[in-house]
Amino acid sequence: MAEVEETIKRIQAHKGVIGIIVVNSEGIPIRTTLDNSTTVQYSGLIHLLTMKARSTVRDIDPQNDLTFLRLRSKRHEIMVAPDKEYLLIVIQNSTD
Amino acid sequence: MPHRVSHPATRNPRQGGPGSTVGAARGNARVIQRRRDDDDQTEMGDLGDEFLQGRTLVKPDDQLELSEAELKEEFTRILTANNPHAPQNIVRFNFKERTFKQTSSVEQIAIHFALDGNMLHKDSDEARRQHARGGAGESHSEAALSEVGEETEAAAEEEGEKEEVVEEAPKKESLRNQFNFSERASQTFNNPYRERGTATEPPPRANFSATANQWEIYDAYLEDIQKQEKAKEKSKQVPAYKKDDEKVRKKLTPTETVTDDISRVGRASKIIERMVNQNTFDDIAQDFSYFEDASDEFRDQEGTLLPLWKFSYDKAKRLAVTSICWNPKYNDLFTVGHGSYDFAKQGRGMLLFYSLKNPSHPEYVYSTECGVMCIDIHPDYPYLVAVGFYDGSVGVFNVQEKAQGAVYISTAKTGKHTDPVWQVKWQKDDLDNNLNFFSVSSDGRVVSWTLVKNELIYTDVITLTVSDIPAEGPDGTQLQLLGCGTSFDFHKKIDYLFLVGTEEGKIHKCSKAYSSQFLDTINAHHMAVDAVRWNPFHPDIFISCSADWTVKIWDHNYSHQPMFTFDLNSAVGDVAWAPFASTVFGAVTADGKVHVYDLNINKYEALCEQSVVQKKKTKLTHIEFNPDHMIVIVGDDRGYVTSTKLSPNLRKLPKKKKGEDKPPIDPEVEVAKLDKILSLVREPDTQDQK
Repeated sequence: MAEVEETIKRIQAHKGVIGIIVVNSEGIPIRTTLDNSTTVQYSGLIHLLTMKARSTVRDIDPQNDLTFLRLRSKRHEIMVAPDKEYLLIVIQNSTD
Repeated sequence: MPHRVSHPATRNPRQGGPGSTVGAARGNARVIQRRRDDDDQTEMGDLGDEFLQGRTLVKPDDQLELSEAELKEEFTRILTANNPHAPQNIVRFNFKERTFKQTSSVEQIAIHFALDGNMLHKDSDEARRQHARGGAGESHSEAALSEVGEETEAAAEEEGEKEEVVEEAPKKESLRNQFNFSERASQTFNNPYRERGTATEPPPRANFSATANQWEIYDAYLEDIQKQEKAKEKSKQVPAYKKDDEKVRKKLTPTETVTDDISRVGRASKIIERMVNQNTFDDIAQDFSYFEDASDEFRDQEGTLLPLWKFSYDKAKRLAVTSICWNPKYNDLFTVGHGSYDFAKQGRGMLLFYSLKNPSHPEYVYSTECGVMCIDIHPDYPYLVAVGFYDGSVGVFNVQEKAQGAVYISTAKTGKHTDPVWQVKWQKDDLDNNLNFFSVSSDGRVVSWTLVKNELIYTDVITLTVSDIPAEGPDGTQLQLLGCGTSFDFHKKIDYLFLVGTEEGKIHKCSKAYSSQFLDTINAHHMAVDAVRWNPFHPDIFISCSADWTVKIWDHNYSHQPMFTFDLNSAVGDVAWAPFASTVFGAVTADGKVHVYDLNINKYEALCEQSVVQKKKTKLTHIEFNPDHMIVIVGDDRGYVTSTKLSPNLRKLPKKKKGEDKPPIDPEVEVAKLDKILSLVREPDTQDQK
């Protein structure tokens, strides 16, 4: 458990990382380093998107599964690592 | 005419007494009346009676008292045709004027008797209809009808009725009762209605929604199959069921009691960390995959090393890299051992596992009390790491288990070395299927360690004697001087054959079978042999490097002379063959340079001599080629591990055929290449190959 905490701290301290959100299977954020309104917004929207992406991947081949999802925009890159029960969302600045 | 006989008994008692005379008078009057009926008698008779009796005027009690004048008053009575019962004023409410208005004339007719008759006028509609029904035969009687009246009409009706009774019975009835329509109805007794109802509590409702995709169906099937398999297993392992259950429970309880959310995100967080790192080191990752130095086309016999990631860990910064090993299973995972080469400054050590995918933090970290000098990963069990320490002990780490330290460790009792262990190497499982590995140390022993249950059991394989002649000890006993082993390597194909390099600069060819004698001894270098390695393709060739600034390539059949010698201008820390070609090798020196040679292209000079460290004082200690990717990792004495990519010139490979990911490395071709080179070198014996 401490390892995971440490890992999350490392990620947070990494260059360019803006925030981390841990979302559970119902789309409710459990842990976050951002402010409340942003967190709620991100978690709701990205949860839906991830479910859709996962559904897409698995529809094509049920033995396949989504490993991670990256959404790169002009300013940020949103990275999502889905798990069985949780969703880990990290927002990092887009590289030059 | 009935007459009333009045009995005195039935009279009003009030009038009975005093009125008795009246009664008698009355009685008389009656008799008189009777008489009158029979024969007309004059009124005088009545009056006469009264006169006779005497004119006693008897007034009834309630007679109105009137005076004489009033008695003689004449009243006029007029007979009018007015109806005395008709109201004299009828007032009706006029809605138009919203007042009550008196009706001016009131009807004075008084009807004493009314009787409805059945007569019809012969020209009326109804009469005509009746005639029509009566038939044509009745027409002549029509005339009589009008005159006679009721009776004939009734007769004609009766006749008509007889004719038409069959056809129109109900119609006749309606005709008959044209005016006197009477309706007959009867009402049955209606039972009163009762309403009964029960209301139940509604069942609890819950909303449920789900999607049915192909993959959900697939998941459900998988679960079902797993359940079935478990059921089968349980049924098979009935006697061992309890044990398994306990074990399973033991394994489950530590993971399942973790209700705290964070630890479950472990896997996802690892992936995210790698993604974040990939973003940060994006350019390096791109270079790693795609960059090919274009300038190599212009430089014929030169290549470059492109520096990629640099791995470091803050706790290991003071410690030198003492050994590096790539993982045989995961080609992006490598292990680094940290310790210190300095005799005076001995401290703790570290064992780190890095992945290329996450350059900023090691995957696994193990801290040791003593400096780590050498490591080796078991080729079949990539989680077992054999470690040799500076204090002479050896240990085995199991990465899968969550132990903080070594799983096995040797102690003084169990035969650890008395000097630092310079190299360890895993061997094939012995006859009892126990894992075993070898270690070589400065105390002159090559020891084989076997993992039996929870212990390390050692066997001295060979002791490195300096010379055949035993030296004389102080008491006259004969001592065997032992040399110090610094490195060894086992032959790839011939199992029992191995080479040991010593601090005296000799290389001994040994066999596992003989514990006291060497197969051969080569005076290879003037100083300690730092590394000795067999060629991965050619069975006869091996390479050695030493602190005397040279790298030599030998053929063990011709052991008196090296095939090639290279002078690198600085103490050579390590040398390694490339896994993709038999003619390529790399060496690192104490001046921070990496040298890469390809004998196929240039037999005398390095293709690349490049400094990969910032500060000039850092010595490079180890070099390893990655078996799959074209990168090389180099460790230095400051605790950094740098990875570099080989430029195309340094890695000439046979051309890829279509549809293959990796070019086929045909060992025979490689061997043939090397043989060709060697033959060039070997034949002219007069050539000075120093």
